[in-house]
Amino acid sequence: MNPVVMALSDGWVVAKRNLIKIKRIPDLLIFSTIQPIMFVLLFAYVFGGAIPTQGVDYKEYLMAGIFTQTVAFGAAITAIGLAEDLQKGTIDRFRSLPMSRAAVLIGRTTSDLLNNVLVVAVMSICGLIVGWRIHNGFFKAIAGFLLLLAFAYAMSWVSALIGLSVKSVEVAQSAGFIWMFPLTFLSNAFIPTHTLNPFLRAVADWNPISSIVLAIRDLWGNAGTMPRPEGFPGEHPLLLSLLWIAGILLVFVPLSIRKYRQAASR
Amino acid sequence: MTATIQAEGIVKTYGQLRALDGLDLSVPEGTVLGLLGPNGAGKTTAVRILTTLLRPDSGSLTVKGIDVLKHPDDVRRIIGLSGQYAAVDEYLTGYENLEMIGRLYHMSKRQARERANELLERFTLTDAASRPVKTYSGGMRRRLDLAGALVAAPPVIFMDEPTTGLDPRSRLGMWDVITERVREGTTLLLTTQYLEEADQLADNIIVIDHGRAIAEGTPDELKRKVGGERLELTLRGEAEVATAAAIMRGVGTGEPTVDSETHQVHVPVTRGAPALIAAIRELDAAGIEPVDIAVHRPTLDDVFMRLTGHSTEDKTTEEQK
Repeated sequence: MNPVVMALSDGWVVAKRNLIKIKRIPDLLIFSTIQPIMFVLLFAYVFGGAIPTQGVDYKEYLMAGIFTQTVAFGAAITAIGLAEDLQKGTIDRFRSLPMSRAAVLIGRTTSDLLNNVLVVAVMSICGLIVGWRIHNGFFKAIAGFLLLLAFAYAMSWVSALIGLSVKSVEVAQSAGFIWMFPLTFLSNAFIPTHTLNPFLRAVADWNPISSIVLAIRDLWGNAGTMPRPEGFPGEHPLLLSLLWIAGILLVFVPLSIRKYRQAASR
Repeated sequence: MTATIQAEGIVKTYGQLRALDGLDLSVPEGTVLGLLGPNGAGKTTAVRILTTLLRPDSGSLTVKGIDVLKHPDDVRRIIGLSGQYAAVDEYLTGYENLEMIGRLYHMSKRQARERANELLERFTLTDAASRPVKTYSGGMRRRLDLAGALVAAPPVIFMDEPTTGLDPRSRLGMWDVITERVREGTTLLLTTQYLEEADQLADNIIVIDHGRAIAEGTPDELKRKVGGERLELTLRGEAEVATAAAIMRGVGTGEPTVDSETHQVHVPVTRGAPALIAAIRELDAAGIEPVDIAVHRPTLDDVFMRLTGHSTEDKTTEEQK
């Protein structure tokens, strides 16, 4: 069998297995959607009045940030899922089968992507209720969602490498998203970056989260007349986002697959 | 003609620890090799290397003539692995577990479905087939795990401690299932901590300690080396010892050993139960009522005491540090 076809078809078998687990433990899904709903409400109503925005309502400005932050944090489930499979010996079984070496990772990242689709849908409904709107038409709306999911998928592969490296669910639970705090807060997700000192501002402007958030705001017409980053990140956020996504995948897909091949539960 | 599983000089180190220190083994077609040793002796490492999960530092190994290090993918097609931790998916049903494995062996949907049902039936799991594995008992999980190793009907099977942690009844059930596979001509390598299990199931046994083989042979040869079953008799007083020793000499296969302080008499026997009955009859006829009489089966500890001069206990504690 062609190795690519085999990787995809084996990957789908593994993805289905992961989805059955979500079906059997619905609590997982309930809690993974409650958190984003909470964030939408808290940021919209608690921070909403405190952060001044120009040409756009803060709730609209906020939504791309919340979405991006949520899928970034959500990537941690990839690390947790893989660490659990390692710990329970499931990966040993998979590795003793004549299946594609990429399949377990493709399957895991695929089922996590589908999970993210659902989370984003729930958040969107919640956002619409609190007053968020998309202003640039259907196609740009879809383009924004696709960009968000592509970024989520790329982050899943970063998380996969973490999950395979830490080998225990408990460690994966914190290692999986501790680095997300600086990554998401040192960005334009919740605040306009022009208020930061010059060094932090440069970091925040080039942060992939900022590029994604800005590109999505542009696509959805939620950017208003807020100050933009200087230079390339401000002028071509969509291009920079795509470059970030491609870069992350190019680095972390091969690294994760290599790690999987050597993965040992003990 | 090389054996079905052949390994020479396998070395695997983890830092200072030599998990395997030049292990050789050879399993002819259709036979069972028991790898017997305490925790941390290197049994699992050996299985993981033979099943392509781990690469050794040095050594050569083949399964059915295929070089495991050069062609791991070809080896994976002809082996089944049943691990120590029953690597079945808790959230999937028994059926879903087996069907998934079939699909990952690239069987068609229909083949995978039929094979799953066939195996569930053979392992008496049909009633539980549509329940998530989470609800299974330990014995059922192990059976399902073994069924998973058999999905592609591989000619070579590796089982890492198939009965560790099982209750006695489930253990007997596993033994039956394993014996049946072997009758069908499967070549099997199994690891165990129980001498009794290796004795029951294996054609050949390798005792391993610190990653090295310290003894090798058929179960009978090994038992001759370490001593087989013994009849142990405790008497009320000194007066009865001489008569009892004479009776014990009659039912045993060797000279009885007498401990006059504790009034105990030990004698090696070939088969415990008949010897026990004979001894009780004669003791009763002689009017001797023993405080205690029992058949003692040699354990892995006895084997280690005899072969290495140390027990397995100090080793396991060392490993757990």
